[in-house]
Amino acid sequence: MFHWLEKHPFFFAVGVFVVIAFAGLIEIIPNFAQASRPVIGTKPISLLEQAGRDVYIKNSCNACHSQLIRPFKAETDRYGHYSLSGEYAYDRPFLWGSKRTGPDLHRVGSYRTTEWHENHMKDPKSVMPSSIMPGYPWMFTNSADIDTAYATQLTNAQFFGVPYNKPVPMKDGSTTVVKMADSLAEAHAMALEEAKKITAKMKDQDVKDAVAAGKIPEIVALIAYLNSLK
Amino acid sequence: MENRPLEYDYTVAKMFMFTTIVLGIVGMTIGVILAFELAFPSVNTILGSGLAEYTNFSRLRPLHTDAVIFGFTLSGIFATWYYVGQRVLKVSMAESKFLMLIGKLHFWLYIIGVAAVVVSLFAGVTTSKEYAEFEWPIDIAIVVVWVLWGVSVFGLIGIRREKSLYISVWYYIATFLGIAMLYLFNNMEIPTMLATSPAGETGIGAWYHSISMYAGTNDALVQWWYGHNAVAFGFTVPIVAMIYYFLPKESGQAIYSYKLSLLSFWGLMFVYLWAGGHHLLYSTVPDWMQTMGSVFSVILILPSWGSAINMLLTMKGEWQQVAASPLIKFMVLASTFYMFSTLEGPIQAIKSVNAIAHFTDWIVGHVHDGTLGWVGFMIIAALYHMAPRVFKRELYSKGLMAAQFWIQTLGIVLYFTSMWIAGITQGMMWRAHDEFGNLAYSFMDTVDVLHPYYALRGVGGLLYLVGFFMFAYNIYKTMSSRPVEESELQNASPMGA
Repeated sequence: MFHWLEKHPFFFAVGVFVVIAFAGLIEIIPNFAQASRPVIGTKPISLLEQAGRDVYIKNSCNACHSQLIRPFKAETDRYGHYSLSGEYAYDRPFLWGSKRTGPDLHRVGSYRTTEWHENHMKDPKSVMPSSIMPGYPWMFTNSADIDTAYATQLTNAQFFGVPYNKPVPMKDGSTTVVKMADSLAEAHAMALEEAKKITAKMKDQDVKDAVAAGKIPEIVALIAYLNSLK
Repeated sequence: MENRPLEYDYTVAKMFMFTTIVLGIVGMTIGVILAFELAFPSVNTILGSGLAEYTNFSRLRPLHTDAVIFGFTLSGIFATWYYVGQRVLKVSMAESKFLMLIGKLHFWLYIIGVAAVVVSLFAGVTTSKEYAEFEWPIDIAIVVVWVLWGVSVFGLIGIRREKSLYISVWYYIATFLGIAMLYLFNNMEIPTMLATSPAGETGIGAWYHSISMYAGTNDALVQWWYGHNAVAFGFTVPIVAMIYYFLPKESGQAIYSYKLSLLSFWGLMFVYLWAGGHHLLYSTVPDWMQTMGSVFSVILILPSWGSAINMLLTMKGEWQQVAASPLIKFMVLASTFYMFSTLEGPIQAIKSVNAIAHFTDWIVGHVHDGTLGWVGFMIIAALYHMAPRVFKRELYSKGLMAAQFWIQTLGIVLYFTSMWIAGITQGMMWRAHDEFGNLAYSFMDTVDVLHPYYALRGVGGLLYLVGFFMFAYNIYKTMSSRPVEESELQNASPMGA
């Protein structure tokens, strides 16, 4: 049979394709039916947080930081409860990372503050003297892309059924509604409101001034995102 | 024309040889910069703090991986295809104007794609998926480039004179099909500009931005099904294609066993795709899938070692060639590193070992002993074999080649030993508890302890890069400074001079 295949490239190619596609069918398809159910307490990401997530991705933070706590005592001691599949139900793309040059960030919002992130992003050594992380000073001047974050939210809601503007169950039995803007203008206003809450706790005067003038530097969005990781 | 050897047309092969070398230098240089950035963080602002956004680790890291995978390796695959394909199918590209056009189109569109990738990654335009960072416009361009290569592969096969497909061609076909399937499924994404706001606004935000069709655990599953098997169909399968052609040609020895090559080919095709789950051990993907990933990774040793043993036994009775020829040295060491890497990988895929190895530098070491030793050496060897034939000149310097071999080998050894020690140290420190059950070390303690190994890794990478420059110089001199031969060297070994 193999000799025959070697003389008939078309059938050879079909044969190869069937053999390589087999594993994917068996392993991937069953999971698609069931893995995306959110656990209670998982809510859609707010507009400013989405813009911050985009900043996180833009700067490949996931190259050095994981967002996946494995079920080991050492990891739960260090980072908090191990990660659950349903917590990632609205994560597009997933950001688990593959290397920990720095620590895991899946629950970083539980133990770091706005002030800490501000100092850390400007000059990591100011809070971690022997850190090898580079500083990200340009995030204090570049503006966050609110338009794209809003388009991402809309896409998530329209194509993937992410429950914006709908009650989402919380751990304490209550429900929360994550609001999504009806128009781009409203989106900018909402993002600015969120940004003001973050900058109230920041020190950098230029950032405060920018937000007061209606602009949102990347750092503000990034901190909103990092604070949301709990 | 009867009884005269075919005159093969190497126009496209030469173009891709050129990009193999240039993009190899780019990718490896960035790699060395990254290595030193981790050892000495001030290197991040090497061009001043004003340009830090573009020289800092986070922007350069995807550029490094993509330049080496899709620049250096892929160019090497294309270059060898446009050389090997003609020869084993006994047909010249000059015989078909259509295939010649496709070949050139393939090359130029590839160059445009590379340029777009470089610009977009510097700008921070990325989907964050490792080795698939490109946004949808570039993805579409890549698919077109890939289809053109497919037309070239199957076109040449279509007009072949040799009835039976040689082993290397099997592997090139598998490369084409495997990457096509993986790339398409992993890059399913929706451009965000397609969304409409309740107020009726459309085309909001960056036009090139998209989000993945898959969420969370499913996204991870598809990504590592892709990521692991991009290694299979980018770093394993096509490189096996090369060694099956170049080692017998260069050594004048027939392949040791046809049956073993059959077994290892079909075995590799079947087993490889199952193993992606080993990237997700102890994650939130279902347990059975993690176990499958683990088990199949171990089974994967069989077909991998099958090819490698077949290659090493091809040298049976001719081992003096290894001592005499640096080119054979490159290929034999490549096979040895392949065996080493395909043993190391399954070891890391064992759940208890993975608990320590995952997220550490040991993984980085594993990737690099594979890519530097196996992929890098084999592509270098292939180009050394091709250069005298393609340019119709004797190879410039055998001595330089031998020196390069030893410098690069030393570089690889420094690289993987430092990363082994770093990775295992890191993994053990992360999990260590003191007698009261508290964590024994802070995360920063582990960062501190890695510094000497990071510095050593930088040195290892630098040695490899120096060797690569010697390679580039040797090929450049071969191209330009020796007298042109009358016609292509038909049988002479490049070592013959």
